[in-house]
Amino acid sequence: MAIEVRIPTILRTYTGGEKAVDASGGTLGAVIDDLEGNHPGIKERLIDTKDGSSDLRRFINIYVNDEDVRFIGGLEAELKDGDQVVVLPAVAGG
Amino acid sequence: MLTIDQATYDGIVAHAKRDHPDEACGIVAGPEGSDRPTRLVEMVNAAGSPTFYEFDSTELLALYKQMWDRDEEPVVVYHSHTATEAYPSVTDIGLASEPGAHYVLVSTREHGNNEGPVEFRSYRIVDGEVTEEEVSVVATLSPT
Repeated sequence: MAIEVRIPTILRTYTGGEKAVDASGGTLGAVIDDLEGNHPGIKERLIDTKDGSSDLRRFINIYVNDEDVRFIGGLEAELKDGDQVVVLPAVAGG
Repeated sequence: MLTIDQATYDGIVAHAKRDHPDEACGIVAGPEGSDRPTRLVEMVNAAGSPTFYEFDSTELLALYKQMWDRDEEPVVVYHSHTATEAYPSVTDIGLASEPGAHYVLVSTREHGNNEGPVEFRSYRIVDGEVTEEEVSVVATLSPT
């Protein structure tokens, strides 16, 4: 068992065109680190690191089992095998 | 070139006029790979702003799940500008995340909520590069 991560079109350059990839980890942060191991460069597109602290990028939405992770702990959100993660860039502009 | 049917075109324009002076936003979904915008989906501008738009994150997920279930993709992503021309802003370009989509901009600056022509223009936005394209409005989309 693993955690399936659904990848949006714009980030599929990092996954060789795959729409979904498997990853593992007990928290969202760990899952993203695991993704980075197999798909280098993807983490930087999801996470903003400044002043030594990391957070999800403002215009990236990540959902665990249909819940926006901002409401369930962000990068600390707990995951288990079989969970489904969806990454969707915001549709936004000015 | 963006080819769009009259009813969908009119629907986008009506939405933009109705929501003026706030920005209106939505998509037109179509079968994956078809380049046919067939299903207009008006979205709520969660920012409720005359200078910014953003789909609500929960509604965004629901929309994409619905499209995946139907083997659709966003063929058109549209929004309105209510005080400026129908050209992508720096923010629009920076946040554009659907390289396969036609980005439609409607400007309601001339007539606001009232009758009257609007600017309706379409662009490709890929890797920060904006390319305007022709818009062809047809009575109905030709069958595939």
